[in-house]
Amino acid sequence: MSGAKALIKTLENEGTEVIFGYPGAANAPIYDELSKSKIRHILPRGEQAAAHAASSYAIMSGKTGVCMATSGPGATNLITGIANAYMDSVPLIAITGQVATSMIGRDAFQEVDITGATAPFCKHNYLIKDANDIAQTLKDAFYIASTGRPGPVVIDIPIDVSTSVIDYKPPHKTDIRGYKPNVKGHPLQIRKICSAIAQSKRPLIIAGGGVGASGAEQLLAEFSQKYQIPVVTTLMGINHSSRCGELLIGMIGTHGVLEANTAVRKSDCIIVLGARLGDRAYTIVHSENSDAVIAHIDIDPAEIGKNVGTHIPIVGDISVVLQQIMKQKIDCNVSENARWANSLIELKKKKKVFKDNKQTANPKSAIRLLSELTGGSAVITTEVGQNQIWTANNYSLSGGGAFITSGGLGTMGFGLPAAIGAKVAAPDKTVVAVEGDGSFQMSLSELATIKQWNIPIKIMLFNNSQLGMVRELQRMKYSSNYFAVGLDGSPDFVKLAGAYGIEASRVSSNDELPDAISKMLRGDIPYLLEIPVDKDESTL
Amino acid sequence: MAKHILSVLTENKAGVLSRISGLFSRRGFNIDSLAVGTTQDESISRMTIVVNGDDYIVEQVCKQLNKLIDVIKIKRLDDNDTVSRELSLIKVAANNKTRSDIIQIVDIFRAKIIDVSHETLTIEMTGTEEKHQALIDLLTPYEIKEMVKTGTVSIERGTNIISK
Repeated sequence: MSGAKALIKTLENEGTEVIFGYPGAANAPIYDELSKSKIRHILPRGEQAAAHAASSYAIMSGKTGVCMATSGPGATNLITGIANAYMDSVPLIAITGQVATSMIGRDAFQEVDITGATAPFCKHNYLIKDANDIAQTLKDAFYIASTGRPGPVVIDIPIDVSTSVIDYKPPHKTDIRGYKPNVKGHPLQIRKICSAIAQSKRPLIIAGGGVGASGAEQLLAEFSQKYQIPVVTTLMGINHSSRCGELLIGMIGTHGVLEANTAVRKSDCIIVLGARLGDRAYTIVHSENSDAVIAHIDIDPAEIGKNVGTHIPIVGDISVVLQQIMKQKIDCNVSENARWANSLIELKKKKKVFKDNKQTANPKSAIRLLSELTGGSAVITTEVGQNQIWTANNYSLSGGGAFITSGGLGTMGFGLPAAIGAKVAAPDKTVVAVEGDGSFQMSLSELATIKQWNIPIKIMLFNNSQLGMVRELQRMKYSSNYFAVGLDGSPDFVKLAGAYGIEASRVSSNDELPDAISKMLRGDIPYLLEIPVDKDESTL
Repeated sequence: MAKHILSVLTENKAGVLSRISGLFSRRGFNIDSLAVGTTQDESISRMTIVVNGDDYIVEQVCKQLNKLIDVIKIKRLDDNDTVSRELSLIKVAANNKTRSDIIQIVDIFRAKIIDVSHETLTIEMTGTEEKHQALIDLLTPYEIKEMVKTGTVSIERGTNIISK
């Protein structure tokens, strides 16, 4: 069998059902084999969208996403998506075509050193030089991508490796001597964290993306409920904390909500679950409350102590560690914890009033309406900019819903392909892409993908004809010297959607929002709703 | 800032060195020296990396290196319990007047002359970094034409071994 066939066969054996990819000369043999496979192929309108869609598919399905591109520019176009998956710890396999092994290093047509280029931001990568290695390499790649701290693995396959004929041998079980993730927390550290929780008067959980990677959503809810410990989240933690109910206070950090940041300031024992505590989130933890005992649980030892000094480091899988903790007897004052949690819940309940403006609609009210009308059960993807924060702080997820966003890298153009990937993974869910007009124009060619493959997602497009978040930055830090943030020249988005054969409408005021959003959500068809927004609307 | 010696076992594969050196540069860590070669097991390479930095930096270096799939084992070596050597080849100008003086210096250092010409002597020396510096200081007045060093290689004293 050919190398290409061995590749497709291994993908099938690994359970791959969908590939988001873009063909070209160097991966043509792979596509020839793919056409004979039961694996579904979705052709986006650019490789970057393929990587984003595959990542979002992975987040939504819990499986490893697969994207594909040809050599040279095809491969480099994947790069942003690979870096995005790396920052947000998404299990992703990126398969790139490469020029023939005899041509490597000679600057051949469409040649680029993609393993060299992606090394800094992928979990691992391979350049396969012998077709006999394909099956084993791919199996190992899936193992690496999906275990420990998940991440993207790049596999570069020269065309002569794809075409060469081999005796296929099934791969054996993965055993990599340099890769043995530690899942169980150290018993001594478990005892330490239990005693810290017992002694604490105001314990707090910061939940990050690692909660989801570990499948610990339910355990987190049980843990916080049992000891009445309030929960705040990072941007990546939003998607995994919806089961915490009232104890969920909100998102922390520079773009977080007051009540969550207050919780961090006042807590005397902060339990960090699977979060990097990146600069947007950590400054407050570090600089404004240096007295709190910090316990950090993460499967990646390199995250512990990297950004925030840690008193109780626990390396392990969050589910396993939470189970270990909950098996211990923790002698804590639950009612005292509940009083502390209630003080935060009260703070959270204080009604926020959004300024109304007759000419435009308020985006925060719009997100709250979306939240109510979907019962929090929709799959929401966002772009990056004001739309992301409006959504993060105003959409209340309930069980069944999801919040998929570009957290670490902050990639504009992520949301639309992410909605495609999520809908492919969960066709029965309502998927809403919350867009800003800046980000939308980075990926709007994907409207054709939505149409071609009949992927009925809902697009809620906030239009302020500005790069709103940068404009706000210029207002606050650069004496309102607005430069290069105007987006005049944008098309009529309703007509544009129409040109793609996608139904669309526009609202002009807050009063129209309830009906317009209800209409957008109706039926399993793609729909674009444009919502004009005041250009001075603030992020928070 | 103190010097720390890391001994690293890696897969003996193409691209491993660039993964490791790339990691140092992008994380802002400084390498003092890096020496690499195969071990008694041909599939495993061993690197000795000397890093300059405080405890936080060295801990980060170790943790980040450990994340590389091709890195099998890392051990921070305790300077007091470690034998370290470096090898250098030094080509120094020599004529009829200076040759015997240089040979005397080389003898004192128990170094070796490995090549000779009408105008040069090439010296091979093995030793610690301090010993190298002392020899270089003494040879400098004779004009060092060129030199090359391997970087430090280190191994623990006694029965300790890296894979345990």
